[in-house]
Amino acid sequence: MTTTPIKLSNPTAIENRPDALGRYGQFGGKYVPETLMPALFELEAAYQEYRKDPTFQAELNGLLKDYVGRPSPLYFAERLTEHYARPDGSGPQIYLKREDLNHTGAHKINNALAQALMAKRMGKKRVIAETGAGQHGVATATVCARFGLECIIYMGVHDMERQSLNVFRMRLMGAEVRGVSSGTGTLKDATSEAIRDWVTNVETTHYILGSVAGPHPYPMIVRDFHAIIGVEARQQCLEKWGGLPDILIACVGGGSNAMGLFHEFINEKSIRIIGVEAAGHGVETDKHAATLTKGRVGVLHGAMSYLLQDEQGQVIEPHSISAGLDYPGVGPEHSYLMDVGRAEYYAVTDQQALDAFQQLSQLEGIIPALETSHAIAYLATLCPQLPGSPRIVLNCSGRGDKDVLTVSKVLNI
Amino acid sequence: MPSSISQTFETLRDRAQCALIPFLTAGDPDLETTAEALRLLDQQGADMIELGVPYSDPLADGPVIQAAATRALAKGTTLDQVLAMVTQVAPTLRSPIILFTYYNPILNRGIEQFLQNLVAAGVKGLVVPDLPLEEADILLKPAEKAGIEVILLVAPTSPAERILAIAAKSQGFIYLVSTTGVTGVRDTMEDRVKVLIEQLRQVTDKPIGVGFGISQPEHARQVMEWGADGTIVGSAFVKRLSEGSPKEGLKALSEFCHTLKVAITPVS
Repeated sequence: MTTTPIKLSNPTAIENRPDALGRYGQFGGKYVPETLMPALFELEAAYQEYRKDPTFQAELNGLLKDYVGRPSPLYFAERLTEHYARPDGSGPQIYLKREDLNHTGAHKINNALAQALMAKRMGKKRVIAETGAGQHGVATATVCARFGLECIIYMGVHDMERQSLNVFRMRLMGAEVRGVSSGTGTLKDATSEAIRDWVTNVETTHYILGSVAGPHPYPMIVRDFHAIIGVEARQQCLEKWGGLPDILIACVGGGSNAMGLFHEFINEKSIRIIGVEAAGHGVETDKHAATLTKGRVGVLHGAMSYLLQDEQGQVIEPHSISAGLDYPGVGPEHSYLMDVGRAEYYAVTDQQALDAFQQLSQLEGIIPALETSHAIAYLATLCPQLPGSPRIVLNCSGRGDKDVLTVSKVLNI
Repeated sequence: MPSSISQTFETLRDRAQCALIPFLTAGDPDLETTAEALRLLDQQGADMIELGVPYSDPLADGPVIQAAATRALAKGTTLDQVLAMVTQVAPTLRSPIILFTYYNPILNRGIEQFLQNLVAAGVKGLVVPDLPLEEADILLKPAEKAGIEVILLVAPTSPAERILAIAAKSQGFIYLVSTTGVTGVRDTMEDRVKVLIEQLRQVTDKPIGVGFGISQPEHARQVMEWGADGTIVGSAFVKRLSEGSPKEGLKALSEFCHTLKVAITPVS
């Protein structure tokens, strides 16, 4: 594709979401200790300034191109498409938005890079982040190395074990990885600990939150920094077939890669938008992370959204084979998009994701992240339901190198 | 029967006394021990008692109270059990009970229902650490109607105009967070607390209670001398209660409460 100027997002697609209080309908808001409130206002003001600042935009766009390797290709998955073709040759045409080809191997770098640039301009020399699968941690460690910022990553001890390769990568790049053993030692607990660090060191520290979750303005900022995924995809669809996609699919944990793809197309009412959650051992069991499918409205990590909670309002420990989806909450805008009927959300199990992990590896020579594998797995349910030959854009949000140990253990290979 | 938070502060002000406000996590090690601890604190000079409802994700709490909440939840402690215990104990105390809970359990129950349960249990005040000014309106109005005083927090990072707005809306007293950070034992009191108390005093007549990090009698006396109307001590109590057997824990808690009381009682 030609290198068109990269915009943060398409201004015509933004509408008034979120509102001035950071609300997406009833969702979102700022449910944090008072100590953090001034920092959130400061962050919002800084963001509003930088998004309009041509120097900031130029620096970000230059790095996205030369350092991250954008634009990421929109790839026609020919053999996967053949796999789902009907005998008459018709069937959905499947395209992969190759965020896995970005530097560090996932979409996470888009946001980490932009937030690090903000931190630098805000004069914050210390950066903290939470990570589940380690992809956001790696992206944050990467940009901190690039800009010479002190970097501390909070990661659940269970995740450190199942994503040990990423722990090594972060340490190699000079980040300090702090293991969090409270709860189940996963993403929820790492996020809580990162917020506690921020409450303590807020005056010197920028918190690079890695998903479209947390208190306002994070869901908005992270969405906007990933919106480039959808902006590029629109352009690439135009070049490939002169039109829009018919269906968008992405996996949803907190939901950053999904919002990155969806945002640009929310106002295109002809497009079906589908998010795929982690059903773990099954949504009928108590071992899953299918927040939108099974949750109730609650407040976690500063935002009102759907939440996996018990009848007492205590947050339930989720489960997913994919560390990046192993989270009991979800970004508030996803809750909103589901409630207003703009997006559909489904859940696939660990086993279905494992099957898809192997399927894409064998059909396309692309090893997807276990998170991404959930989106790919849903094709098996969706494709047989689709008449004609609609064009599907699936966000291939990350590569699966980090997951090979986990998968080889499960599959005994 | 204990009076309201505001009335308690008024009485103390007339006697030129600084309020001692201990904090406990309900259900650690069990609710029976919590009930006994409330009685002992009341006898040993507490003026109000803050009672923490254990929560799975206590964002504003440091390791001591986090661990206490985890233990209490592992025992199966629920909000209803905590309130049932308070219903029994509160009428026997001088000190009014301030419930400390994160917002999700309130939202889960429904604000109106939650407030009714608090009133029925004899709770007088409420602290919700993750409900800042911007989100608090939804709770403040019905709470006022129900007669539950909602105490808002001011932090060292709060700018002047926020301090003014929080002071205007806070009921009972203003909870001044002494340090940027989570709850927990600290070695020293930051000097800027003095400045914050003075700053608050200029904009409000409401009582000022200082908390977070106060763990020694010297800290309590220091904030009293800086002009605070109350001093809130949490982790230092929770830690003492959790060490050794419940009996040993209660003894240590009781002695510590007495020591603190002596430290902040003006010599007459």
